[in-house]
Amino acid sequence: MNLLRITTIRLFYAVILLMAVLLLNFTMMHLAPGDVADTIAQSMGGADEEVLAQIRTDYGLDQPFLVQLARYMGGVLSFDLGYSYYHNAPVTDLILQRLPATLLLVFTAQIFALLLGVVLGVISARKPNGILSHFVTFFALFGYSAPVFWTGILLLIAFSLKIQWFPVSGMRDVTISGGFWVHAVDVARHMVLPTLTLSSIFLALYSRLSRATMMETLGSDYVRTAKAKGLTQRQVVYKHALKNALSPVITLAGLQFSAVVSGAVLVETVFAWPGLGTLAFESILVRDTPTILGILFFSALMVIVGNLLTDFVLRLVDPRLRARA
Amino acid sequence: MEPLLKVENLRIELKTRAGVAPVIDDLSFELGHGESISFVGESGCGKSMTALAIMGLLPEGIGRVASGRILFDGEDLTVVSDRRLRDIRGNEISMIFQEPMTSLNPVYTVGEQIAEVLRAHQNLGQKAAWAMATELLDAVRIPNPGRRINDYPFQMSGGQRQRVMIAIALACKPKILIADEPTTALDVTVQAQIFDLLRDLRRQTGTSIIMITHDMGAVAEMAERMIVMYAGRKAEEGPVADIIAHARHPYTRGLISCVPHIVANLTDAREELTEIPGIVPGLGEFGQDRCLFSARCPQVTDKCRKARPETAIFGGRQASACWHAEEV
Repeated sequence: MNLLRITTIRLFYAVILLMAVLLLNFTMMHLAPGDVADTIAQSMGGADEEVLAQIRTDYGLDQPFLVQLARYMGGVLSFDLGYSYYHNAPVTDLILQRLPATLLLVFTAQIFALLLGVVLGVISARKPNGILSHFVTFFALFGYSAPVFWTGILLLIAFSLKIQWFPVSGMRDVTISGGFWVHAVDVARHMVLPTLTLSSIFLALYSRLSRATMMETLGSDYVRTAKAKGLTQRQVVYKHALKNALSPVITLAGLQFSAVVSGAVLVETVFAWPGLGTLAFESILVRDTPTILGILFFSALMVIVGNLLTDFVLRLVDPRLRARA
Repeated sequence: MEPLLKVENLRIELKTRAGVAPVIDDLSFELGHGESISFVGESGCGKSMTALAIMGLLPEGIGRVASGRILFDGEDLTVVSDRRLRDIRGNEISMIFQEPMTSLNPVYTVGEQIAEVLRAHQNLGQKAAWAMATELLDAVRIPNPGRRINDYPFQMSGGQRQRVMIAIALACKPKILIADEPTTALDVTVQAQIFDLLRDLRRQTGTSIIMITHDMGAVAEMAERMIVMYAGRKAEEGPVADIIAHARHPYTRGLISCVPHIVANLTDAREELTEIPGIVPGLGEFGQDRCLFSARCPQVTDKCRKARPETAIFGGRQASACWHAEEV
């Protein structure tokens, strides 16, 4: 009952937020110089003012801003994100076709970074002055400061060119045939490097934070109580300390979700991963406004869904949140 | 009969920035079966450290038992394996802490936190442990235990949480219960209830109690014998009634005269309420070969500043570490 009410309120806010994002994006795109007519003219090898004006009329680009906005919003409300002039296909189709690849990458990277980050954090919190702890700190700093595309290229050189463990780019090998599992393994092999690259930044954040919160909870009164009960080391650390240390890490992961999505754009470009990121990159180069807007819309949607999920996971972990309505 | 717990020449060292300091310096005492003793002293005198040492819970990497023995039923707890120590903790020796608000884990129900200790030590299944936990909640006088057992700590008051801590501590019918300032954080009325509860449970179970406090009123209510600690050393030890009637250490004297009602009840003359000037010395001064109380003592002489006092025994039961114990 309670949960239902909260969910409804949250969803209501989410819709309003999405609308605001849409409005902002549309306005910004409109303010930016250049449009698709320029690109088309360019690909035709140049055109005079008359032809440009003709193209703009054809695509409704000569209409006043408010009219264009109203048309677009109306379209979105009926799940129509417009038509890509460049790709010659409805934007919704284009995006839905690319979305699974991005979702796969984003979620795998996020979950991988979270799991490994927490494990490393816990291990280094138990021995804050141990070699492993220093190693994690160094590694975390490195991962956090290195630009994603640089890390990606470095991994490519190391693991695709020098030692050829993983494929260089793409998501599947078209020459492979076989059942579901054959393809699954193939995709997994292609995913390793992009996932590692995308995780590297977030791994740093999560391992640092979980190290700090674990050190705090390990020194807390209730952990002392757990020890005084004669529980094993494992029960004390994983049952009593970890569950309390998780909340801040989950919160951070939720907040970082948008960063993971935007990081995916860079990673996809480096590894030619056929997801929204590559599509966004191509579309920006050719000023394919409807596609860019559509991708931004879906990105916002992903972030909002990610945040909602975070909220629910937090509720599972912390009974105090559940009680607070 | 052999005492249940016998601490011999215990020395606990704490690593500080300035170096190693003996927070407990040559402490010996005994606790008999079913006996209740009290540790008294200001904050920073090493009372809690003694308790943590018995539990084997000294802060890792910071505090350690440097020398001495802690004999529990003849077994030296300073050298037993971690595994054996875990068997004893929460089972044969258990402890309740000062801060009921933070001593329970916020993300588990109180039922789970009680049942857990029963599963760990009594080989009880989930269902049996849960049933037993409900009984324990009832025993510590929490109304409607069948429903409250599913509550989380944040749904309970401080007094109720301390009751839950007591339930956890007594779940396995321990031989020794260590209570580290169990009522300091609670309201006065709740304090009295907790003391009542502890006294009743002690009568029912025959558990020996070590109570750590700085409240002389609590000592008079709860314990037969008391040990007064000052700066990591034992200042005075003896039966509570004897010490209140005639303290043999100026520090004990000071502590007693800080409390109005005990003095008024036990002696006709109502003395002026006084305080002990100054504060407990810093850790850096612990372990010096002198009387550490000398800087605050009204009866100080040169001897006190030059050598650590020897222990003087009175009537075979009362002991005082003061050069001038005879005159006090």
